[in-house]
Amino acid sequence: MFESLGERLQNAIHKIKGYGKITEENISDMMREIRLALLEADVNYKVVKEFTNSVKEKALGEEVASSINPGDLFVKIVKDELTELLGGSQVDICLKGNPAVVMLVGLQGSGKTTTIGKLANFLRKRHAKKPLLVACDVYRPAAIDQLKQIGKQLNIEVYDEGQGNPVEISKNAISYAKENHYDYVLIDTAGRLHIDDVLMDELENIRLEVNPDEILLVIDAMMGQDAINVINGFHDKLPLTGVILTKLDGDTRGGVALSVRHLTNLPIKFIGVSEKLDGLDSFDPERMAGRILGMGDIVSLVEKATEAIDEKEAEKTAKRMQQGKFDLEDFLSTMKQMKKLGPLENLLKLIPGAKKMGLNNVKVDPKQLAHIEAIVLSMTPKERRHPEIIKASRKTRIAQGSGTSVQEVNRLLQQFDQMKKMMKQFSNGNMKLPF
Amino acid sequence: MGLFNKIKTMFQSKNETEEKVEKEEVKVYEKGLSKSRQGFVSKLADLTNKYRTINDDYFDELEEILIMADIGVNTVMEFIDRLKDRATKEKISDPELLKEIIVDELFIIYVNDEVLSSKIAYQEEGPTVLLFVGVNGVGKTTTIAKLAWKMKEEGKKVLLVAADTFRAGAVEQLRFWSEKVGVDFYGKEEGSDPASVVYDGCMKAKSEAYDVVLIDTAGRLQNKVNLMKELEKINKVIQGIIEGGPHETLLVIDATTGQNGISQAKAFQEITNITGIVLTKLDGTAKGGIVLAIKEQLGLPVKFIGLGERKEDLQVFDIEKYIYGLFKDMM
Repeated sequence: MFESLGERLQNAIHKIKGYGKITEENISDMMREIRLALLEADVNYKVVKEFTNSVKEKALGEEVASSINPGDLFVKIVKDELTELLGGSQVDICLKGNPAVVMLVGLQGSGKTTTIGKLANFLRKRHAKKPLLVACDVYRPAAIDQLKQIGKQLNIEVYDEGQGNPVEISKNAISYAKENHYDYVLIDTAGRLHIDDVLMDELENIRLEVNPDEILLVIDAMMGQDAINVINGFHDKLPLTGVILTKLDGDTRGGVALSVRHLTNLPIKFIGVSEKLDGLDSFDPERMAGRILGMGDIVSLVEKATEAIDEKEAEKTAKRMQQGKFDLEDFLSTMKQMKKLGPLENLLKLIPGAKKMGLNNVKVDPKQLAHIEAIVLSMTPKERRHPEIIKASRKTRIAQGSGTSVQEVNRLLQQFDQMKKMMKQFSNGNMKLPF
Repeated sequence: MGLFNKIKTMFQSKNETEEKVEKEEVKVYEKGLSKSRQGFVSKLADLTNKYRTINDDYFDELEEILIMADIGVNTVMEFIDRLKDRATKEKISDPELLKEIIVDELFIIYVNDEVLSSKIAYQEEGPTVLLFVGVNGVGKTTTIAKLAWKMKEEGKKVLLVAADTFRAGAVEQLRFWSEKVGVDFYGKEEGSDPASVVYDGCMKAKSEAYDVVLIDTAGRLQNKVNLMKELEKINKVIQGIIEGGPHETLLVIDATTGQNGISQAKAFQEITNITGIVLTKLDGTAKGGIVLAIKEQLGLPVKFIGLGERKEDLQVFDIEKYIYGLFKDMM
């Protein structure tokens, strides 16, 4: 999402490589690139100004130590500044209350209802607690229906009173939660414009009634320069405690992330990274700064992997790989594990140096993976263990069974063969891993 | 006479023979854009008062104002360059005079010597199919409802087709609107194949002689390959049943969208034949300036704008009224 920002910076930095000192002259190009890149990423105009000024100030006059080049030093300054701008350190969600009450607010279409489902799922998974969803969007047609369906998918209860009064509904929901020993109450409110006084007052009334531990503003990461008006509009009326940025799985550069903390001092607590109900991540400023600069994010990658991968299974596969015994059965189980990690292109982006390897723009069609899986599943166990026995008539049968063509079966077998050869090289130590 | 003066006289000295409807529409623009106008115009006015003569600082501040309206970084940079050129050539040093040129030039970005039509390409025979596409949460379903009402008022027989089978509650939302607005509805249960919904919907429209079919699709981020392919398939299905369909493919964009709007327009244009933009949620503080960049870079015109939540708040886009709505206080 931030790729292009990092790219631009690196191109500019490349130009000053070899200089012994950072001077006003040799960084003027770079400052311009940074400025344009940030503006194109929808970072607030004022933030861009301050950011470039403070980077410039810090960079100038810094003697470049002999061990590092000015480019590296500059990157470090920019990264530190970015991290600072994004909020220094991570801020967790506060859940002191009993039950803890969280209110989600925002404009229409920012993704509140989907996000509240994800949040409930996240809390249940991380803290093994019992959440209750409350349907207070009584205005948008079918909004309650939407929340109920999400609740059903997650097997989490939804409290609703139909198109009632949102203040009453939330009040009743809290007593219901207390009686039934829920740990969290998550209130979904209707989308509204920050300049709609009537509806903003309604939020204030809900707040006074339920005294929430968290009021989180849900913001679309694709938002432009108007974001600041929206954030301030909500913050003026309500004591917001944080922000959730949604739709970061798009190709938006999400510069709004940079503006939020700096202009409002509100922490970003979560980011939405897919349409699935587990697509919510905690926001880590340092990691995000690294990502903006295209430094990759190995921590996220490892975290994702440990959550999804069955360790024993993985160890078994690794052993077989080393012994050169890796067959299509192992391939199938590896693929199943990979699937749990979510869309492949998201993972590729987290690999440090992904850009250099050309992995950042790889688009993977999940259907293609489904085809591969279908082909392997259409083989007999014996064929999977010994792919070399697959000849013409078996190929035809497999193609028919999987609804693909013989060419596709051939391609898969060839690729598998290559993969096996590569693995051998890795385990023989003849080849180094690409990173 | 520059555009500035043309618009000024157009809306200020209307004589009584002018149609009342026209005036009503101008009012909707004026009112809907009132929040967008604040900030934008007052800043421009401040700028004019602050500087006696035009200099580099003046242009820096002007650049800031335009970028804050989400007009698009490249578009703004080029715009400023052009303005500087014009100021030197025409020897303009008074900001008061440049103000008019700014309005003029903004208009030129959008119009660019083309004859723009925001009319829907209604078919003489058979149903006219309108496909609505866009990223998540921009207001596709609500836009369809408003447009359906408009078309029904014009005496057309309208069918809504719910091809957003992915988002929870989306089918229900469209069904609700069809009942409220009083037009027909076709949909299947959630999770069904959207292409099959479109197939059946188009067949129904053809056999029952509907004038217009409005197809709602699921919101999709433009970088999701599989979802964009699904859209391609929907397109083919329509083509197979109704000749020349979809006759209009409208990309719905939220006015608060920043630079990503350009990426959205590009990606959707690659997959479908986008014929126009619907710019929603302009009744907030957002200026929706990104449509200028989209028009300039991709040639896509805005056909409708959403200026409020009432069903009559969807308006046919009119660049002159839009600019008047934005700059009213300056004229």
